[in-house]
Amino acid sequence: MYQGIRISGFGGQGIISSGVLLAYAGMLDGKHVTFFPSYGAEMRGGTANCSVVISSDEVTTPVVSQPDTVIVMNEPSLAKFEPLVKPGGVMIINESLVKSRPKRTDIKVVLVACNRIADELKAPKIANMAALGAFCKQTGALSIEAIAKAMPKVFKRAKPEMLELNVQALRKGAGLN
Amino acid sequence: MSEKLLMKGNDALAEGAVRAGCRFFAGYPITPQNEVPEYMSWRQPQVGGAFVQAESEVAAINMLYGAAATGTRSMTSSSSPGISLKQEGISYAAGADLPIFFVNVARGGPGLGNISGAQGDYFQSVRGGGHGDYRTFVMAPYSVEEMGNFPLHCFEVAEKYRVPAMILTDGVLGQMMEPLEFKFPEVDPKTLKEPDWALGECKGRKNRLVGSYDLVEGKLEHVTLARAKRYAQIEAEEVLFEDRLCADADIVLVAYGIAARACSAAVKMARAEGIKVGLFRPITLWPFPKRQLRELADRVQAFLVVEMSLGQLVDDVRLAVEFEAPVHLHARPSGVTPSGEEILKKIKEALKAGKGEPVCSSR
Amino acid sequence: MLQQMNKRPESLVDVQMHYCPGCGHGVAHRLVAEVMDELGIRERTIGVAPVGCAVFADHYFNCDMIQGPHGRGPAIATGIKRSKPGCIVFSYQGDGDLASIGMAETVHVAGRSENITIVFINNAIYGMTGGQMAPTTLLGQKATTCPAGRDPKVNGYPMRMCEMLATLDGARYLERTSVHNAANVLKTKKALKKAFQYQIEGRGFTMVEILSTCPTNMGITPLDACKFVQDQMLKQYPLGVYKDIQNVSGN
Repeated sequence: MYQGIRISGFGGQGIISSGVLLAYAGMLDGKHVTFFPSYGAEMRGGTANCSVVISSDEVTTPVVSQPDTVIVMNEPSLAKFEPLVKPGGVMIINESLVKSRPKRTDIKVVLVACNRIADELKAPKIANMAALGAFCKQTGALSIEAIAKAMPKVFKRAKPEMLELNVQALRKGAGLN
Repeated sequence: MSEKLLMKGNDALAEGAVRAGCRFFAGYPITPQNEVPEYMSWRQPQVGGAFVQAESEVAAINMLYGAAATGTRSMTSSSSPGISLKQEGISYAAGADLPIFFVNVARGGPGLGNISGAQGDYFQSVRGGGHGDYRTFVMAPYSVEEMGNFPLHCFEVAEKYRVPAMILTDGVLGQMMEPLEFKFPEVDPKTLKEPDWALGECKGRKNRLVGSYDLVEGKLEHVTLARAKRYAQIEAEEVLFEDRLCADADIVLVAYGIAARACSAAVKMARAEGIKVGLFRPITLWPFPKRQLRELADRVQAFLVVEMSLGQLVDDVRLAVEFEAPVHLHARPSGVTPSGEEILKKIKEALKAGKGEPVCSSR
Repeated sequence: MLQQMNKRPESLVDVQMHYCPGCGHGVAHRLVAEVMDELGIRERTIGVAPVGCAVFADHYFNCDMIQGPHGRGPAIATGIKRSKPGCIVFSYQGDGDLASIGMAETVHVAGRSENITIVFINNAIYGMTGGQMAPTTLLGQKATTCPAGRDPKVNGYPMRMCEMLATLDGARYLERTSVHNAANVLKTKKALKKAFQYQIEGRGFTMVEILSTCPTNMGITPLDACKFVQDQMLKQYPLGVYKDIQNVSGN
């Protein structure tokens, strides 16, 4: 299996930590993984994006130029990444903040109200987890359990209650309760 | 030796160096290597080492010159423009026989260029870089795991032969995260034998001098020729490379670092189509695996060099194969990583050209 | 009858120095060596030799020595001191080395208050390369790169290092002295001793700027060179203590 992912949004939406979390979960799952962030000048102006690869084979390039899945957390990211998605790929859109919709018809579009889910859990900063939940459901590349297992390794200073809320957001994003 | 960790390449370099016994680091901010000094700034105090944010790359390499002269395993890192500035100190360290270790997390150039990963500093690394006749031991990792494990080897080779040693990597490998294991026991520098040239307290011995000059007529030549013997020994004994599927290959890709990863994708695709392609990856860029390439030249139809520079590695490959086989080139300079698909296309073009004029291309 | 008044300091190697007649380096070397002897630090001192006439200082001081690139002495000294905090580290530099090519290293080693001592020889000219204009060359003073004399419109103005560094919190002891006559030679030794003493006590960055003579490159006699220091240089570079941590409140 091979799953190339791009995650994009504002700085502060947990874009980078989402990517690291996916990579860590993939590693614990025994997969080959890479994570590659946007950095330097690309980070100025408040947008952030990253590439993650989860694969059963050695990963050759960490920069995902034709993603199987794109997670779009804010409006500008949609226009930037819509052209890149592989035909037949998936675009997960945070419908709480993104009002536009892709014009392409050869990709699967999944709408998730990430911020609403986070607000319902009274933890507005974990909207990214709802998107990752949807990712698990849509791609099957990782299980929610695998991501939950990676959380304490990536969020080393998070309290257990916070990690529990993260898992709830993952589940809600996947349409589970 | 250790658990599997998920680390950024730059962090792996820093942690790998600390575990290898590095106890002095001086650096200056420049993208895409900033994580290295950032990591060292908290990690060195933990192990009783020193970290200095220098006023410039020039100052940083000279701090290293001083620290290394005391026998301390010392490191600096920078990215292309900063490495240019460090060449003065590297030349002095070579001339003073000091075992310094430095890393170039290279970016696109020339000039300010960009901050993407690139390989345009190949000549600078393997041909000396600074002034005078000298050589630098150069390693080119192609994974985060190698980023973490190569610093120890660099220190050991640098100390054994008293030469500067460097890792030439790039922004992609520096910024990416990947699982790794540190495959060596942590080095406690206190257990290392103090070199008989190291500066310190001269109580009970003759005072020691470290320097790179000799104005007595003809004497410097003797010093340089003696050093050249060590260079010859390095060339004979310290070559590292990896070859994949070269045994039955009609065409062999030659690439190092991140470009070799793109090539391994191309090899997979080509093999799936029944094209016999191999990958030869120099791990040490100096010493260069000349003999191994020369031997391959007798068996293969052609070589295709894939490099993220205008055509630098290709020179070394051509010198090595002595025109026994055509050497084609696919060059992507100034911060572009080639894709497996485009390399596959170039493989086909090269095979079509056969023994004719080598194909040189970009894009 | 000849009588030996002072023997060679143990901190100097018993070789003939290459310095020209009337050059101030030999005196300055001897003063540094006497201070090392008197403070009993020879066996734990590491010196940094510059590029310039004093490049050979590594062969004259009888302690561990290192010679490095032009102007980088303060950076080299930093690397040594951070690796060997128990050692006493000094960097011996001329005016081109310290105030021109090594200006950044000089300012920042003081800014970091690195616990080292700089011995700065200011003779207002480049010696080793043959009499070119230095950053400290006086207005009107002739040099091979300002043959008509230093013209501020073309060459700018001479730089006062003690005054500049005195503005930095990290500078703990700065004194300008001279070796152009016996009284000032004694004062120079006192200043050097204080600077090294401060380093032993871990007080941070210290520097002694020593006004010196270069008759060869000025094309004058040694006596006239001393007179040049007395009549010309002292006006531009007044002697005295520019910073002493003991006199600064809040430190």
